[in-house]
Parts: sequence; structure tokens; C-alpha cells
Amino acid sequence: MINETVAMAERVPLREKSHSEVDVERFISRSRKGKIKIGAKSKSQLAVKLLVLVLLGITIFAFFTFDYQGIDFAKAVSDTLHNIKTVFLEPELTRDTVGGVLYQLLVTFCLGTLSTIIGAVLAFFCSLLCARNLAHPVCVNIIKSVVAVARAVPTVLWVLIFAVSAGLGSVAAVAGLTFHSFAYLTKAYAESIEEMDPGIIEALKANGARYWQIVCQAILPSTITSMVAWTFMRFEINFANAVAMGAAAGAGGIGFNLFMAGNFYFDLHEMGLLTYIVVIAVVILEMISTKIKAKVK
Amino acid sequence: MALLSFQNVSKTYNNVTKALQDVTFSIEEGEFVSIIGPSGAGKSTLLRCINRLVDASQGTIFFDGHNVTLSKKKELRELRTKTAMIFQHYNLVDRLSVVENVLHGRLGQKSTISGAAGHYTEEEKKEAFRIIQEMGLEEQAYKRCDELSGGQKQRVGIARAIMQHPKLILCDEPIASLDPKSSKVIMDHLKSINQTKNITCLVNLHQVDVAIKYSERIIGVTAGKIVYDGPTSGLTKDMIHEIYQSSEHDLITDVQG
Amino acid sequence: MQKTMDVFKKRKLTYTLVFLAFIAIFAGASIVAEFNPVDGIASFPVAIQWIATNLIPDAAAMERLPKILSELAETALLSVAVTVVAAVLAFFFSLLGSNITRINGILKRIVRIVAAFFRNVPDVVWAMLLMFSFGQNVLTGFFALFFTTFGLLTRAFIETIEEVSSNCVEALDATGANFFQKVFQGIFPSSLPGITTWVLYMIETNIRSSTLIGILTATGIGYLFDLYYKRLDFASASLVVLSIVILVLVIETVSNKIRKVIL
Repeated sequence: MINETVAMAERVPLREKSHSEVDVERFISRSRKGKIKIGAKSKSQLAVKLLVLVLLGITIFAFFTFDYQGIDFAKAVSDTLHNIKTVFLEPELTRDTVGGVLYQLLVTFCLGTLSTIIGAVLAFFCSLLCARNLAHPVCVNIIKSVVAVARAVPTVLWVLIFAVSAGLGSVAAVAGLTFHSFAYLTKAYAESIEEMDPGIIEALKANGARYWQIVCQAILPSTITSMVAWTFMRFEINFANAVAMGAAAGAGGIGFNLFMAGNFYFDLHEMGLLTYIVVIAVVILEMISTKIKAKVK
Repeated sequence: MALLSFQNVSKTYNNVTKALQDVTFSIEEGEFVSIIGPSGAGKSTLLRCINRLVDASQGTIFFDGHNVTLSKKKELRELRTKTAMIFQHYNLVDRLSVVENVLHGRLGQKSTISGAAGHYTEEEKKEAFRIIQEMGLEEQAYKRCDELSGGQKQRVGIARAIMQHPKLILCDEPIASLDPKSSKVIMDHLKSINQTKNITCLVNLHQVDVAIKYSERIIGVTAGKIVYDGPTSGLTKDMIHEIYQSSEHDLITDVQG
Repeated sequence: MQKTMDVFKKRKLTYTLVFLAFIAIFAGASIVAEFNPVDGIASFPVAIQWIATNLIPDAAAMERLPKILSELAETALLSVAVTVVAAVLAFFFSLLGSNITRINGILKRIVRIVAAFFRNVPDVVWAMLLMFSFGQNVLTGFFALFFTTFGLLTRAFIETIEEVSSNCVEALDATGANFFQKVFQGIFPSSLPGITTWVLYMIETNIRSSTLIGILTATGIGYLFDLYYKRLDFASASLVVLSIVILVLVIETVSNKIRKVIL
């Protein structure tokens, strides 16, 4: 191939060049003022500009229409800074014991784990039914729409909805968290399966493999990396959500301690310590999941 | 005085990897020089030391009468406007048009604000179009660079380099990602720039035959050291084998006469 | 032959072990969280049946529609405003934190730590903290969402910038371009698709998050849901859910369309 380059030297003559100004002018676009345009002529450039303008417009409009209720902004900000200082620089445990708090952290961790595991298992089977390269188009569209609706409902509303029939507690929390992660993971898994090399499935089909053989021998091995990555990403989200559910929906775990410290006892020092514990836990989870993701690759 | 001279230049990465060891050579204005050698020999590092994308660890480099290794911010910017660079992977801003990418060649000479905002004078724009036409890309001028083929992208890269009015063009494996036909077009363009505009060209290549065909002088680099520096005609088969540290039969390419 | 057998055996063993580990984790977690799997599974059909019978808007609920829609509009405006402001700041912040601009090694570390901090402090903490000083105000929600969005987008933008623009920044460096020229002629145009995708995604996420924060701080659409829910006015509550769902789906559809054009 390299020798070809040299051989080609004799065959392809260098482009004929014409240097007349008029000739260039044919290819130049000018603005109404006669200035030469330089931007790319594409739809996307226009779309980007439009999007930026619309978003900025909405933002400015939003700031004008918000009902600020005549708040004293300067005072509020200085109070906030003071509170931030109390929370983050003077953390202290006043009400709970270290052991108790760590146990509640474990509970939150377990809520996140349970909802991730259940959600992942359900999502795996569901994604087989809604991956375009595996399932019937009608089935795909129906499941994808249902899943899109389920994803659109905020997690906290799922938890509260489940709480009506199951009562506030771990069942409602796990069920609510599961619902959202199931919907999220189904979409993610289905996309991983759709990105698969179509040759792999074809080859096994040609061999006369059965459905479950294809699933176990082709789909699972070739998508496991991205599925694990998605699952761990979801686990991190579920952990954060479990904290939030404890606070907003009384679902137990460290989130509930946070809620009590913040909204019930107004104990900023304790809120600070609990926050630090949550942050440290999240950072550790992030590191572990990065390690595991690297290992599965 | 030589346009470019290296005096005992060495480069060590992280205090361990020796990329360049005691490199000394000089290049006169108007020369077309190829640097050949196996991958990892330090060819890229050598080029990047000249425009200081990489800082040499030891030794001095003189370009156009200035000590490059000592250049501070403003001098460095001036140096870079005089040394254009062409890359293996073209390094264009894919989402901007061909004209905009070519005009990037002027950034070093423009004020911060007009450069950042992409305001160029009508003269600059006209010149850009002239160069684009020279490269045979006038039909593509308003296309986004990600719509172009590899060969076309590299021609945009050359146009951007010319737009700088450089004294020296550094080419880092300009044809390594191209097919033979586009490779030839690119090399022909470089050669013609060198001859008609009298711009000095320093080209990293790993195709020995191409280097022999296009350059008057070849520098062979192995393991960070210069093992050959002389006219193309003086490059023997044995020398090539020494540069690539291979026995006769291993080498895919052989000298054609 | 012996060797291939070993590989298969080994793989089977790994699978079995992983499977057993998951069962053990599941069981352990169930005990700690006092979660009864049987109850959990049983709750699904019950809940779905309950949703089908109770979560249906009725005539009385429809009368509340104007109020719901006005709160919904405010939520949508809030999410857009938060995301846009956070994105602009996060972009400049991420420039300081990326390896490509190479401004300052220490500054880079600091930026990354600050971003991690804002990202990982739960938004409920921000919400409660701001409640003390801002009260039941739209700004409480704004800042609570802002801090987390800012942290998330900073990390996302750093990744986008590093992935997309290292090559062209090198070229612009070689032409002698300075920092701002590199940013606006190289980094910004090449990372624009990534940035747009993240911004659109965050707008959608923030609508959902603002529901949660609304419940906690008694503002916006979240408060409205909580109000109806606690009054056991499930018909009206369902209308709130429905309106959120429609809003999120509309935004999702629009963003998909925009992304297709821009990419």
C-alpha cells in the first residue's frame, strides 16, 4: 500500500489551479451588507442558536414572573451563609448516637440495594421484550411507552402512591424506588441490547439456538459491561433517592434523621454531621462502583 | 544563520521515559526535510519541542534568531504564529465550517476579543477563500468539517497552516491516516508550498519511500537519537535497517532505486 | 481440551458465586431494612389496582386545573431558569477543572472537589437549609436545585470537554491562539452537542426534583400534590401527577427532536 503512493505519483497529476478572483467569488456568500459569511450552512447551527435564544428568553421571563413575595434578599443570603457555616463548619451529633446514625445509613443503603436488585432483574426481562432487534414492534412500542410514563412520574410520588396501599415504611419505599429504577433501567438495558452487533444473534439463530440460549450465550455476555455500568449508576441514584425519600416521604433511614434534625428540631449542627456522613458514603460508593465497572470490562 | 537549530536537546517524560537524547541539527530556510523512524522514536516530541507544545528538558532550540526554550508568553505566541503545524488526525474543530477552520490560522495575530468572537477582516476572509481554492476545496467552503473525507480534512489543515503565513510548517505524520491517493495529493501540496512560497517544511513520516521521493534531506531518528542526517541520496538500505532496527526481511518497505 | 473445560467450569463457578452473593445481599438487606419481599411483591398488584380505581381525575378535580397548571408553569420555568444559570456558570467552572486548558494544577483539584461537594450534598439538605432563611419562597427551590445542578453539570462538562476537544485545542495552541480564543473557537463549538444534551436532560430531571423539594419546602407543584394527598383528595392529586407526567414527556420528546437536529 505504501509503494502504491509512489506509484500513484506518476498517474495522478496535481490539480489544475485557476487563480482568477471572479472564480472564487462564485463560491463566496455575502450578507446583505456585503460582508463575507464564514459560518457553516447547516440546519443544526440555526437550531443551536434558536435553542440558546429560547432558553435564555425563558430564563429571563422566569425571573420576571416569579413571585418573590417581597423577600429581603440581602438578609436571606446573609442568613443562608450563616446557616451554611453552622451546618458545614460546626457539625456535631447532639441527639443521635454514632452507632444509631450509622445503622440508619445502613438502612438507607439497604433500601437502595433492594430497589436496585429488584429493579434490575425486572428490567432485564422487560428489556428483552422491548429491544427492537429482538421483540415484535408492537410489543416494543407498548412497553416503551408504558416505561416512559413510569419514568416521568417523580420517585417521591411513586413512594407516596405506594404508601397509600402498603402504609409508610420500607415496603412503600422499596416499591416506589423500584418502580422508577425499573423504568430507567429498562430503557437503558434495551438501548444496550439494540447497540449489539446484529451478526452475533444471527449467527446463533443460524445454528438453531433457542431463545434462552441466545439470551444467555449472546446477549448477556455482549451487553454485560454496559448493563453493569448502568446498574451501578442507578444504584448511586437510588442511594441518593433513598436519602431523599426518608426526608420527604418518611421512608426511614438516614434521610428521616436529616428531616427530623432539619425540619423538626431545627438542629443545624446535627444536620451538618448527617450531611457529611451521607456525602462520605456517596463518595465511597462512587469509588467502589468505578472499581467494579473497571473489573467487569 | 540557520532558520532552526537544535543544540543538545533532550526530553524526558516523568523523569523516566527518554524521548529525545542529545539531539543536534539545523535546518536552513527553504529546505524540505523528512524525519523518519519507528513509532515511539521521539519524532512527534521533536516537532512539538519547536513550537513548545512540549517543553524540552535540556538543551537549546533557536528559531529565526530567537531562543525558543526561553520564550515567555508573548514571544511564545509570536513564535507559534511563525511555525504552523499539521497533524495526523487533522485536529480541526469538526463542527465549524471549512472557512472558519482556515481562519483559525489568524488567531495568533488577532486581539483576544475579535479572535474569540470570530470576527475577521474582509481581507482575511478573502485570503482564506483564495487558499481554500488553491487547495481545491472551494465547493466545500461552507460545509462543516465533519462532512469532509480524510484527505479533504488534511487539506483544510494545510490551508489553516498557510493562513498563518508561517516561516516553517511542522507536519506530524500528515498522511498516516490517509489512503495512497489522498496521501499523494497532500504530499504534492506540501511540496508545492515549499517550492512556490519558500516555506520550510519539516515532515515526520514513517513511510520511507515517501520521504525519499519528496525530500532533499532526511533525518533518521531511533530511540530518541539522530542516527542519520544527510541528503536523501546518501540513505542506504543498511542505514534504513539501522533506523528501523530491523533485519533485512522484516521491513515491509524497501528502497526503490 | 482440559484447559477449555476448566474455563467453562470456572465461568460457571463465577456465575454461581455472583448469583449466591446477590441472594445473600438481598436477604441481608431485607432483614436490615425490615423489608418483607412477599409483602413487597403483594403490594404491586394492590397498588396498581388502587391507582386504577382512585387515581382518576373527576369533575371536582378539573375545577382545580387552572391552579395546577399555573403551579406547573412555574415549576417548568423554575427548572429551565435553574438549569440555564447553572449551566453557564458550570461551563466556565469546568474550564478551570479540565485537563485540557491546563491553567493551574491546584485550581483544577479545587474545582473538582467543589463540584463533587455540590453534587453529593443531597438536595433535601439544601432545601431544608434554605428554608430557614428564604422561607416558603420560590428562591428556596431555585437555590436548592441550583447547587446540585451546578455540581452535576460541572462534572459532566469537564468530561465532555476532555472527550471532545483535546485535538482541536492542540491545533489552536499551535496557531498561537490564547485562552479565550481557544475556549470560544475550539472548546465551545466542539462540546456544544454534549452540553446541549446535558442541559436538556437536567431540565427534565429538575422538574422531577422540584416536586420533591416542593413537598419538603411547601412550595410549587410538590406542595399542591402534598396538600391534595393529605386531604385524601386523590382525584385532584392524580391530576397533579398526570400534569407532571405530560410535562416531562413533552420535554423529553422536544429534547429528542432537538438533539437529532443538533447532532
